[in-house]
Amino acid sequence: MTNFWWIIGGVLFALLNTAAGLIWVERRMLALWQDRYGPNRAGPFGLLVVLADTLKLFFKEDWIPPFADKIVFVFAPGVVMLSVLMSFVVMPFGPHVIVADLNIGLLFFLAMSSLGVYSVVLGGWASNNKYALLGAMRGASQMISYEVFMGLALMGVVVLSGSFNLREIVEAQRTMWFIVPQFLGFLIFLVAGVAETHRLPFDIPEAESELVAGFHSEYSGMKFGMFFIGEYLGITLISGMLVTLYFGGWLGPAFLPPVIWFAIKTFCFILLFILFRASMPRPRYDQLMEYGWKVLFPLSILNLLVTAAIKLWLNN
Amino acid sequence: MMGLTFYIAAAIAVIATVMVITRYNIMHALLYLVVSLLAVAVVLYLYGAPFIAALEVIVYAGAIMVLLIFFVMMLNLGKESAIQEQQWLKPRIWIFPSLLCLVLLGELVFLISQNHQPPSAIKVVDPKAVGMALFGPYMAAVELTGILLMAGIVGAYHLGRQKEKTLHRFLEN
Repeated sequence: MTNFWWIIGGVLFALLNTAAGLIWVERRMLALWQDRYGPNRAGPFGLLVVLADTLKLFFKEDWIPPFADKIVFVFAPGVVMLSVLMSFVVMPFGPHVIVADLNIGLLFFLAMSSLGVYSVVLGGWASNNKYALLGAMRGASQMISYEVFMGLALMGVVVLSGSFNLREIVEAQRTMWFIVPQFLGFLIFLVAGVAETHRLPFDIPEAESELVAGFHSEYSGMKFGMFFIGEYLGITLISGMLVTLYFGGWLGPAFLPPVIWFAIKTFCFILLFILFRASMPRPRYDQLMEYGWKVLFPLSILNLLVTAAIKLWLNN
Repeated sequence: MMGLTFYIAAAIAVIATVMVITRYNIMHALLYLVVSLLAVAVVLYLYGAPFIAALEVIVYAGAIMVLLIFFVMMLNLGKESAIQEQQWLKPRIWIFPSLLCLVLLGELVFLISQNHQPPSAIKVVDPKAVGMALFGPYMAAVELTGILLMAGIVGAYHLGRQKEKTLHRFLEN
């Protein structure tokens, strides 16, 4: 039982520090890819910019607009943090480092990510602001649509491993990582994952060049901070899921402990997410929806059908 | 422990549902409905149906309710509609539904008092068993649902279809 609490504490500690550290990592990496220095003044390599940023957020006026729906307005930023942190409950960080070994682990992840939509929708609605409302509506349709392909793309992995349990999915990859048989599924999940976390290039709910700051236009101080940290946690979650489902999770050569392998692989994907931001333009809203429903949706169904057919054929 | 968890979840479900009915602001009502659905998911999980519990959250709480909230958002109902609701929902209106509910409650109490058998041990139904059942004995139901959904999609496509638009008014045909 004590072990259990250690795991929860360790996971929370690691996650929150990762999310905070990503503030610095993202700015430095963006700067590197754009031939700039990035934050390099506060502390060694500018690392203390994280502290400065957090302090700044704490000292800003925590303003609730008088025209907003107060309760929902305060409640919305918490939803994103809660849903993302809850998703980590089922993630296997190592052979025994897992908070809850649910036999519906993958479904639990999908359920939590679908609840994450509420933070965007409610935040935008409660702000009672036209830009926020537009952002929330875009966010809702984008996230609901991409959730569909996300779930369908994951079913390929479920067919191959025969389980919804994430630990068993990792174990099933001992002979071959699922990236090889499920390359198409991996690509669809990657795109859907970027859209689910509404990160650039799919940050259409925020789209600061059109919608001020989209669904969180009216938020300030630590409430904005929650959205901000929630986004970084979301990146970490999707990266961790990509690693767990397609890149063998904590599996790796024995000279490093499994948890370290998991961390290294996850970090690579986090960097990929930042590279997306550095290098890609934002599509238009209708382009995004069209791409989703007309390209990704048929592809993910095709992926599922072909995977299932091959699996059946091999079993006979 | 199990019993306590069940009673807490069930109480939340009941209270949230009552709140759904009594709220004047439709958005708040919908939020309480989400809470109620989540509580029902917890109850389902406790009673050995983890797959259905997950689907309850994914489909009902995560998709259908978001769509409902999406529509309400587009309708842009403000304070006026809440006041209107308030005028429509007079206490007098509650009498008949309450009576109906009382009859149901009486039946429920009667049934509970009749049945003294201890509840049988809970059997956990894993996702695989649900799939086997759906595509085994209940195949016809799955296919009928599929046809129904197909009809829905075709209908939605028909309603959503737009006339080919030309961008310049002189080029309109």
